[in-house]
Amino acid sequence: MLSTTDLVFRMGKRALIDRISARFEAGRLHLILGPNGAGKSTLIRLLARLLRPTAGKVLYDDRDAVSWSERELARRRAVLPQAIEVAFSLPVRELVLMGRYPHFGARPGAEDLAICDEVMRFFDVMAMADRSYGTLSGGECQRVQFARVLAQIWRPIEGATRHLFLDEPLTFLDVRHQIDFMEKVRIFAAEKDVVVVGVVHDLNLAVQFADRLLLLDQGRVLADGTPAEVLTGENLRAAFAVAPVLLTNPATGKKHLVFESGMKGR
Amino acid sequence: MNARRADRWCLAALFVLMIATTVASIRYGAMDFSGHDMAAAAWGKLTGQADMPLDQRIFIELRVPRAILCLLVGASLGVGGTLMQGLFRNPIVEPGLVGTSSGAAFGAALFYVFPALLSVNLGGLTLPLVACAGGVLSTYLVFALAHTRREGRSSILRLLLTGLAINALFLSGIGFLSYVARDPAARSIIYWNLGTMSGADWNSVVIVGIATIGGLIPAMGFAKSLNALMIGDDQATALGVNVGRLKWTVLTINVLMVAVATAFTGVISFVGLIVPHILRIVRGPDNRFLILGSALLGGTLLSVADLIARVSLRPAELPIGIVTAVVGVPVFLSLLRSREYLS
Repeated sequence: MLSTTDLVFRMGKRALIDRISARFEAGRLHLILGPNGAGKSTLIRLLARLLRPTAGKVLYDDRDAVSWSERELARRRAVLPQAIEVAFSLPVRELVLMGRYPHFGARPGAEDLAICDEVMRFFDVMAMADRSYGTLSGGECQRVQFARVLAQIWRPIEGATRHLFLDEPLTFLDVRHQIDFMEKVRIFAAEKDVVVVGVVHDLNLAVQFADRLLLLDQGRVLADGTPAEVLTGENLRAAFAVAPVLLTNPATGKKHLVFESGMKGR
Repeated sequence: MNARRADRWCLAALFVLMIATTVASIRYGAMDFSGHDMAAAAWGKLTGQADMPLDQRIFIELRVPRAILCLLVGASLGVGGTLMQGLFRNPIVEPGLVGTSSGAAFGAALFYVFPALLSVNLGGLTLPLVACAGGVLSTYLVFALAHTRREGRSSILRLLLTGLAINALFLSGIGFLSYVARDPAARSIIYWNLGTMSGADWNSVVIVGIATIGGLIPAMGFAKSLNALMIGDDQATALGVNVGRLKWTVLTINVLMVAVATAFTGVISFVGLIVPHILRIVRGPDNRFLILGSALLGGTLLSVADLIARVSLRPAELPIGIVTAVVGVPVFLSLLRSREYLS
């Protein structure tokens, strides 16, 4: 389990994250929502320990994240960002193998190579294994990055939880690949020892896939719970300043959102 | 793995090439030596023979250390270039970028123009010492000016720009010194800024050797971390690399290698820039190959350049910095055109 206690992150005088206490359970898909500037990415970066908090704590399995060594942490948490620029063009297989860096010393073992093959098959990039990363399309690049990031935490660790953080990874994908990726994340998140926390911009994707939602506004938690609990008209108006219309998908019973216009007309 | 095996073959080939050019480099020059002469000179040196003929003494006290110094300096510059391009994630970076070589050149210029200012006199080591101090001090200045307490995304860019600015400052200082200097000091400054291997002796080989080996071995240990840096600071951190510590350690290694090398030979341009590129075009950007490879290729390139510098205008010689570009650039440009390297 992953949790935060009174987490604060200040940049200068401004608190980007303002006393957030939250819990993220294993086996569930947690998504963070909120308007621009709400602190979503900052929270993800704090959770993944890419940033150190100004005050408060991030706890991995009830142990302060700050106390883990870089390598210990790298074996149990992976982060997928929006897009990655690779400075020098590597073959795809080498790039995916980078995900195993925290697990091997000078050269990869048989296990590392086997995991690379598995994740490349999982993300359907096996066919481009020997191509140069620089020759791939934007969507292909992102799938290769998914494979690399999941290679990092592909196997369970005894007595420890694995953590996957997603920082708006869907931004440059078309709708088919968005759904495809979210389905794969769901499969991964369903494992009992995996905590997945992500930021997704598309509210409807969030409704469709999340088990739990955390709605942020101005660095604070506005609502925390199941999609049905969080995505109420009141919360959405407060956070996004738009008037939502909630429709129910007759096939799944899940809510979907349509936005009428700004608040001015009301 | 196949790629790893190909890397090893490539390194072996580079090593053979380096040995071959070194043999050519000690054989030919203002005076050519036969295999017999070379063996006799080596034997004489090893046995401490007192009455060695003059030509053999020249061979063993000048020619051989000069060839070795070429290998060491070339290796330092090549590895420095690989480290800096990897660290800055930028293909146009040179090892001297953080102020090291311009500071060293400024120190050398001071030495030539105002020898009386320096209270120290260590004989032949005075100039290298002053130059090395100049290189280290200017680099320190760049670091101090670029350092901020928040280790953010911008810090590498700030370092790069601060380096450019400080380089410009020292270059104008060198310009001023050569403007006010008279011959022969003015000519010495120009000569030093083009690089020269003519000061090579066994002392310089030992000192530069320590710096080169002392930099190369830890640098190879950082190869994996530098690879991780290719996908950005955040992702390198996520993969368990302490990015802040990596940056400062690698910069320190680079300064050590480049300042010491430059101190003995003057400013040799282009080697540090093009050696990593040539290897990347041929074998790709994996630093586990690139670091050792650029040591071997850097040494080879500088040996060839020095050989050409010595034989093209016999018995006079050209500054090596003029030749490095003439030798390296055509190779570089043709490789650049032949592959889809920059796509």
